[in-house]
Amino acid sequence: MRRLVTDTLVIAERNLVRLPRAPDLLLAFTVQPVMFVLLFRYVFGGAIRTPHGTPYVDYLIPGIIVQNIAFGGFVTALGLNEDVHKGLIDRFRSLPMARPAVLAGRTFSDIVTNLLSMTVLTITGLIIGFSFRHTIPLDVIAGIGLLVLFGYAFSWVFALVGLLVSSPESANSFGFIAVFPLTFISSAFVSPQFMPAALKAFANVNPFTIIVDAMRHLWLGNPYPAGNYVWGSVVWSIVIIAVFAPLAVRRYRRAAGV
Amino acid sequence: MLGLLGPNGAGKTTVVRVLATLLKPDAGTASVTGLDVVRDAAKLRERIGLAGQYAAVDENLTGLENLTMVGRLYGMRRQQAKARGRELLERFDLDEAADRPVKTYSGGMRRRLDLADALVAKPPVLFLDEPTTGLDPRSRLNLWETIEGLVADGATVLLTTQYLDEADRLADTIAVIDHGKVIAEGTSDELKDRVGGERLEVRLDDGADVEAAVQALAPMSDERPVAEDGLVKLSVRERHGTIVEAVRRLSEAGVGVDDLVIRRPTLDDVFLSLTGHAAEEPAEGDEAA
Repeated sequence: MRRLVTDTLVIAERNLVRLPRAPDLLLAFTVQPVMFVLLFRYVFGGAIRTPHGTPYVDYLIPGIIVQNIAFGGFVTALGLNEDVHKGLIDRFRSLPMARPAVLAGRTFSDIVTNLLSMTVLTITGLIIGFSFRHTIPLDVIAGIGLLVLFGYAFSWVFALVGLLVSSPESANSFGFIAVFPLTFISSAFVSPQFMPAALKAFANVNPFTIIVDAMRHLWLGNPYPAGNYVWGSVVWSIVIIAVFAPLAVRRYRRAAGV
Repeated sequence: MLGLLGPNGAGKTTVVRVLATLLKPDAGTASVTGLDVVRDAAKLRERIGLAGQYAAVDENLTGLENLTMVGRLYGMRRQQAKARGRELLERFDLDEAADRPVKTYSGGMRRRLDLADALVAKPPVLFLDEPTTGLDPRSRLNLWETIEGLVADGATVLLTTQYLDEADRLADTIAVIDHGKVIAEGTSDELKDRVGGERLEVRLDDGADVEAAVQALAPMSDERPVAEDGLVKLSVRERHGTIVEAVRRLSEAGVGVDDLVIRRPTLDDVFLSLTGHAAEEPAEGDEAA
């Protein structure tokens, strides 16, 4: 167990040290999300109705942060896929290290990058007019905790994807084909009550809606009720980890290298 | 050092992957230093070092960071791993590049770093899977000298290669494998003896009658001479008088000779006579990596 912790930290450190040396990746989760925030705030925002008369920037920020956190695990998918192809996974598997440490280190370092992109987005939001409305500091911190947990859960989904797909390009298209619609057909950008019936039905059961609504409750307070959203998203995150972490570890044990 | 020699697709890499605990054998058992590759895999991993066909180093880390990471994953403390890393970088002539990201390294430097990675924990057993494939001749020679140094220091090495000269130069014992089976085993000299004594090679004049030359030389050998591109090769029973006899027979047959030489058999000849196809000839399908 001690071995698992130290090995995980060694791998996480490695991932973080190499990050600034791959600037394209760094841009992907800093500059790109900011552009989306500006796009939605200033281009689409004026045309989007919000419930309870919330200003759109307030409605948008929790939603777009959740979307970005969901995509944050992408670094794991790309990194693992690269490691498989470059033969590094073979090296790791031939070492007397704790077996799940490569994956645990990956997903752990995602927490740091997710916190970074969360910070960038929140600051951007505050600059363009977002404010934590009727909420208390404890709830804001709880919101950050929830985002970290949810992001960590999604990293395990991407860990499996990174080990399964044949190339970084396929990992990329998985991101767009699966995660994009899931985040857009949720309450992240537009309230489901203004959507056509079929989309509305989907959005209402979409786990992204649950987590986005939990975030709105925690960061905007009233008039967004707590409902079952907060504990619901905790349960969702735990279920995702419980399903995808064992699948990813099993896949890792068999990863055949190049 | 044991050399595992065979063409692409022969199963060399599969053998290494099984022995390095990366792949579970479909059937049968294997053990390294008395440890079973499946049952004692965890313990075995502490005793082996692997350097693969593809230099498995992290391009975005520096040479020193790569070695330190591997050292720590072997269970060393950070300082200890770093010191060991510096030691290896110096030994492999990489100390000047220690703090540069590996993506700036040349192919030969990467291979040396990969080899250094495998040596971090001073493992008693080393697996080198085609360590020089794709290297230029100078880097190759360099790496050979390094590997010879390791063996001199007492390491047990399993080397796979598709290059006959590499096995010939480095390995004490050579196992020739083809289609997943060991078809011959022995020292380089023993294998050459199996092919039979001396080899005679006759280069014919342009436009000379190859078939006539083969006919003329056939009585000198127990096997039928092999002819390709105007070069006729045969194994001869005796060195003494061979050249004189060959020249006489060829001139009687009216075949013009450009050049003619007697030499010891190479591992190429061994491979050809054992498998019926030349070593460089690619077997069907790619190597099961």
